[in-house]
Formats: sequence, structure tokens, C-alpha cells
Amino acid sequence: MLQIDLWKRVLIWLVCVTGLLLALPNAFYTRVEQANDAAIEIVAKGETPERLEIVDQWPSWMPSSLVNLGLDLRGGAHLLAEVKVADVYAARMDAMWPEVRETLRPERATVGTFRRQPSPEDQIRLKISKPEGMNRALELVRGLATPVTSLTGAGAMDIESSADGDILTIQLSDAEKLASDDRTVRQSLEIVRRRIDEVGTREPTIQRQGADRILIQVPGIGSASELKKIIGTTAQLTFSPVVGRGSDADANPGVGNKVVPSLDEPGVYFTIESAPVVTGEDLVDAQPAFDQNGRPAVNFRFNTSGARRFGDYTAENIGSPFAIVLDDEVVSAPVIQSHIPGGSGIITGNFTIEESTNLAVLLRAGALPAGLEFLEERTIGPELGQDSIDAGKIATIVAFVAVLVFMVLSYGLFGIFANVALILNIALIFGMLSLIGGTLTLPGIAGIVLTVGMAVDANVLVFERIREELKAGRGPARSIEEGYSKALSAILDANVTTFITAVILFAMGSGPVRGFAITLGLGIMTSVFTAIFVTRVMIVMWFERRRPKTIEV
Amino acid sequence: MRLKLVPAETSFDFFGKWKLWLGISALMMVVGFASFMYQGLNFGIDFRGGTTIRTESTQAVDVGAYRGAIDTLELGDVSITEVFDPTFEEDQHVAMIRIQAQADGESISGEVIETINATLDGVAPGIKFVSVESVGPKVSGELVQTAVLAVVLAIAAVLIYIWLRFEWQFALGAVAALVHDVVLTIGVFSELQIKFDLAIIAALLTIVGYSLNDTVVVFDRVRENLRKYKKKTLAEVLNLSINETLSRTVMTSVTTLLALISLYVLGGDVIRGFVFAMIWGVIVGTYSSIFVASTILLYLGVKRDWSKPSNTTGNQFANIDA
Repeated sequence: MLQIDLWKRVLIWLVCVTGLLLALPNAFYTRVEQANDAAIEIVAKGETPERLEIVDQWPSWMPSSLVNLGLDLRGGAHLLAEVKVADVYAARMDAMWPEVRETLRPERATVGTFRRQPSPEDQIRLKISKPEGMNRALELVRGLATPVTSLTGAGAMDIESSADGDILTIQLSDAEKLASDDRTVRQSLEIVRRRIDEVGTREPTIQRQGADRILIQVPGIGSASELKKIIGTTAQLTFSPVVGRGSDADANPGVGNKVVPSLDEPGVYFTIESAPVVTGEDLVDAQPAFDQNGRPAVNFRFNTSGARRFGDYTAENIGSPFAIVLDDEVVSAPVIQSHIPGGSGIITGNFTIEESTNLAVLLRAGALPAGLEFLEERTIGPELGQDSIDAGKIATIVAFVAVLVFMVLSYGLFGIFANVALILNIALIFGMLSLIGGTLTLPGIAGIVLTVGMAVDANVLVFERIREELKAGRGPARSIEEGYSKALSAILDANVTTFITAVILFAMGSGPVRGFAITLGLGIMTSVFTAIFVTRVMIVMWFERRRPKTIEV
Repeated sequence: MRLKLVPAETSFDFFGKWKLWLGISALMMVVGFASFMYQGLNFGIDFRGGTTIRTESTQAVDVGAYRGAIDTLELGDVSITEVFDPTFEEDQHVAMIRIQAQADGESISGEVIETINATLDGVAPGIKFVSVESVGPKVSGELVQTAVLAVVLAIAAVLIYIWLRFEWQFALGAVAALVHDVVLTIGVFSELQIKFDLAIIAALLTIVGYSLNDTVVVFDRVRENLRKYKKKTLAEVLNLSINETLSRTVMTSVTTLLALISLYVLGGDVIRGFVFAMIWGVIVGTYSSIFVASTILLYLGVKRDWSKPSNTTGNQFANIDA
């Protein structure tokens, strides 16, 4: 009776000690955090005596993972952005147009002359002068299609073309749109990540959410608008042929062209071809530099295919201007002096040094393939976060003490056992949170406080059961044994159902709510563990030593 | 000497007036629902879009002056409330400004926030925006859907779990209690016009969890006693089970309430609504597991003989006993 194998006892205490060790760094939060940061700096930037000293603030053989503090506790910014995936369709169509033109041009004999018609942005509409040649035209255009490269779109082609009288319409197929959306969001995610990393903030969270959204959380940053500036707008770099230059913003550009303003000359507008020669996607490097006059500029280099296109274009168009366009503003529109074969060049303009550095960063990180629409923004000041931590700490301590006292008053010695388990319980929650890199949020603290209240439940169930058994006239050992075994089904059922709700909260919630779900879920697991195993081991060890004839619970 | 909130031996009759209890519960649910229908919830920006700004200043908050300043910006419906909290410092004056969702699907822009900040600085020099949260109407609509889905899913999952572990009558009783708790909580939020945001959904789900915890403990005892006392009527067994678990029910409610009340008083105003929902939920949940869940179980009746297969699953051989 009341036997627990030695290996089980060792295992139970081992779990508790591990939990305590894992939780310990959180008790010295600032110190451990500084030590961790210094250790990272040593790896990145080399050793200095000061850094070594800070690292020594925390012994290296101790666990050093900390609980992440959520934005509502640390302060920072939260953005939910939607990627405007449809932007890409228009760009794709514009890029397609020269190809279509080149394909149809040799076949003028059959299809006649053709002209691009005004159309929705994600389509190309052609009017051909010989409708009887439409079948040939369709055949040629369909020859341009390539298979969609995605798992789900296997077998489908990337463009669809249809004819209606003398109008030929080309657009992306649904399969390609899906594949393109996915690519666009991934690309955007990667670029946002790179831009935020360039600034080097602590532990940013950058996640894809749903089909076309990106969640960005950066602790410690001043405001959401600051974060938006880092992410930047699109920073689309294109090199486009210039059709004309004027001062009228509303000039009719003609189909396939567009009017864009100059970046630094007010009132000057350029008409450029919508289809660029080369885009920022072909850039492999961009560095801040100075031009021959010593003014800040940006050096850039293209990849092979970009270099070839750029080279071909400059060779064919010596003497005509082309525009370097950044986010639909012309940075400069130099005249091509000579064939530029190497694929590298320099962007000059009225830059300050800072501007040229920023431009280089933006170009290097790559352009966002599509615009971002910000659906949700939250900024939490660090003071508010600190206030919440302080208030949460006091509340947790008071709650803790109240429950501890109440348990001792109600159950005496057994109450003390339950209290030790409760303290271990909190330590285990923090230990597990640190281990899995979980995030503690303000509702998460509430979850812990709630756990403090509810964690004793399993013990209460057992103790009440033991009382009943004692009342029924059973001996102490027998009562304890029966108390545990009979209370087990109630403990399990009650906690499994609560755990189900925690899982649903975790799956459906986001941010702070998810933080709450994590602490609630962990709290349930640890409280069941401490109630079923830890208090039991304590009671059994006490019982073996004392062998009391009667017990009072 | 032990502190005993509940005498060691109790024999309260919980079902003598079961019609009264069910009546009260039904009435409260109707009131709560009516309040929700007529008055509606005071939805936070999570659910209806818009912007909230939490300002902090060393001077006392003059709501009129704030309003006067912000009205010049023509941002539509703006509400300003001063926040009081015992945890604030002497010269810490906090106000919440809520601005309606702007026309397009996006959240409010940084420039607008800066303009508001500059404008307010005119009436309250040195004012700080300690938090700014802005949710576009596009997301808030989805958050409502997700929230409702989460609560419905939780209740459904629980229904299935209890059905598997007990019997369908138990599951229905438990779920009736849950619906009761959720409706009463929403009712209290609509009646008192407390801000209802995403965190409250978390609280609602926790209430679901807690209430269930209580119900399951009582039901577990009912299941045990049904096997033990085959001669007793269902009402007697239920009464006995509730009396036997009463001490535990009260103990757990008290410890949980102790923890929650300390959080309510000391945890700061940011989280107060959330904690209020949970306190209310613990009280209602404890009540409902006794007076709603068990009463419904009594009303539905339950299969008594757990050892043999049911003889009502009739076919022509059903009643032949070997």
C-alpha cells in the first residue's frame, strides 16, 4: 500500500528540478537578458572586456532561455498587412505585352495590323484588323503560355486567351493567379523580413497569416508608423524607355504608356512605357557611392539576364533617354551615351548621403512585389507595458499568498503539501514557457493567476475524497490510496475539457489571446502533473517517515 | 482547527424548488438576451474597427478641452473617457480616446495620429500616447466571425467529449449550463456596457472551461453514485452527489475567486474588463453546474443500469436472458 517505485520518485523530482532550473533565469530577467545579448554580440562582433564581463553576470552552465514578453508587456508595434496580390497581375500583363507584340508582328499577313485596346489592368486586349486571322493569332499567343509551376496547378497553363469578334483577350489563368498569389506573399514576407533584419531589432515576429496577410510584430520599436517606414512602401525600381517629357500630369500617355512625375524636379512629368526594360528584381547588388562630381549616388549591378537585356537595349537606343523609376517617380532620365555591356551602372540624383544609403538598402533588399495595405496597427508604449508588468506582479503575488494561506487554513499539513505543489506548478509553467519560447502577454498573466486559483482544484478533489474515505472509517493509508484513485477520473475529465477550450483558443486566437491560451494550457498540464504525482510523492514520503495512526485532512 | 466553509455533512435539497431555479435562470437569460438585442454590446475596436488612443499626461484630464481639440480634425464619431485606477501614480492622468473606423478598409494612418497628438498637445502640453491601436473594418468583421466560431466550436467539442465519456443526457445538461453561462455573461456586458473586445472572448472560453470543470466533477460523482445506489431515485442520487461534492465546489470557487479578485483590484485597468468577465463567469458557472446542468439531467432522466447492455435497444431477442 502507498507504494511508489523509486524510479518514479526520482523521475518526478527530476522533472521538478528541471522545471525550477529552466524557470530560474526569469527571476533575474534583466541580468540574463543582458548576458544573452552580450553573448550574441561576442559571436557577431568579437570579444571585448566589457562584453565578457556582462556575459559573466550569468553562469554559462545555467539554462539561459527566457520567456518572451509580448508586445503588451514590453511595448512595441504590431502590424497586420494585406498583400495586394492583384498588383502583380497588371505587372505581368505589362511584361507580357512586348512578347505578344514580337510574336504577332511577323504574322501581319494573316492577322493584319493589331493595336492594344484599353482594358482592365489584369488583361491585354488586342484589336486585329483581319478577324479571319484570329485563329492563327490565338494559336500564336497560346504558344507563349507555359505550364504553371505549382503542386495544385499541375497541368494548367499560365495564361488564357480568348477571342470575341476582332478582339483578342489575354489574361492569367486561375491556376496561375493562385500560384502567383502564393509567390507574391512569400516574396513580400521575405523582403519584409530582410528589411526589418537590416535594422537589427530584437526578436521580431514576421508571419504569414491566412492566404494573403503578413503579421509583423516588433518589440521595442517606438510606433507602428516607424515600423511602416522601415518596411517601406513598394520601392519598385524599373528602367523604362522614355517616350516624352512634359509638364502636364494629365497628358494622354497612349495605350501601354504612363505618365509619372519627376522625383526632384517639380512640375516635370515623363511619359514612359509601362513595360520596363529591366526591373529591380534583376538587381544583385546596390551600394551607396559617389559620382564623378563627388555627389552621393548608388552603384548597382544586374544579374546575367538583366545585364543582357540592359546591354541589348542600350546598344539599340544610343542617343535616346531612358528613365530610372523608383515607385513611379523618375529619379533620373539620362540619355544613353554608349552601349553598357557589363550590367552595372550608377544612379545619380539630388541625394543626400543618408538618402543614397537608404535607397541602396531598399534596392538590395529587393522591391516588394506588390503593395501592402495595413489592416491593423497597434503601438504599445514601453511605460504602459512596464506598468502592466508591475501591476501583474503584485496581483500575482497577492493572489498567490491569499491562496496559500487559505489552503493551509483549510487543510493544515496537506494544505502545505498542496502549496509546495502550487509553487512548483508556477515554476514549471515558467520553465515550459522558456523552453518552448512561448510568449507571456497580459492576458497570459491572467491565465497564470487563474491557474493559481484552479491548480489547487485537483488537490482539493483528492483531499475532499480522502476526508470522505476517513469519515467512512478507513485507515489513513487506505484513505489516501482510495482518495487518489477515486478522484482521478474527475480530475482527468475536468481538465481534459478545459484543455480542449485552451486548444481552441490557441488555434483561433492571435496575439495576447493566444498568449492566454498558452499559459492556460500549460497550467492545466502542470497542475495535473503536480496534483497527481508531486503532492502524492510528498504525502507518501511523509507517511512512510511518520507512520501516523490517524491523519487529519 | 480547520477552516470549513461547508459543514462536513450537508443534506441540502437542491431540487425541491427546481422549477423555481430553472425559472430564474430562464428569466435571467431572457433579460440578458433582450438587453443584448435592444442595447447591444459596447464593442471594442477589435470588433467594429476604429482607433483607440490611450493618453497619459501629468495634468488632470479635461474631457471637454480634448473633445474640442479633436473635433476640429473632423474624424467622425469620437468618444473620450477618463480612466481612473488605484494603481496610477499621483500625477498620472489617463484618458482613452476612441475614434470611429475611417471609410476605407485600412487602419488609421500614422500622419493622422501625429496630427491628433500635435492638436492635443495644444490643450494638454506634454501629453503622451502610451498606446495606439487601430483596426480596419475589414479585419474586425473577420474577428467577429472567428470569435463566434471559437465559442461554438468549444461548446461542440465539449458536447462530444462528455457524450463519449458519459451519456448524451449528461452532455446536454453540461451544454445547457454552458449556453446559460455564455448568455448571462454577454447579457451582463451589454447591460453594464462594459467594453467587449477580443480578450473578453478569451474570458468567455475560460468560463466555458471553468463551468465545465465544475459540472464534470458533479457528473463524475453522479455516475459513481448511480452505480453505487441502485435503489435511490435519480433526484436522490443527484442531491447526494451535489452535497458530497459541495465542499470541493465551494473550495475551488473560493480559491479561484481569491486569485481573480486580487487581479481585479491590483492588476491595472487594462485587464479589468477581462477579469470582471471571469469573476462573473466563476460565480455563474458554479451556480449553473448545480442548478442548470443537474436539473436538466434530472429532467432528461438517465439510463440506470450501467453493467448490462440496454434492453430497450429492441429486437425480438432483446428480452431473452441467458
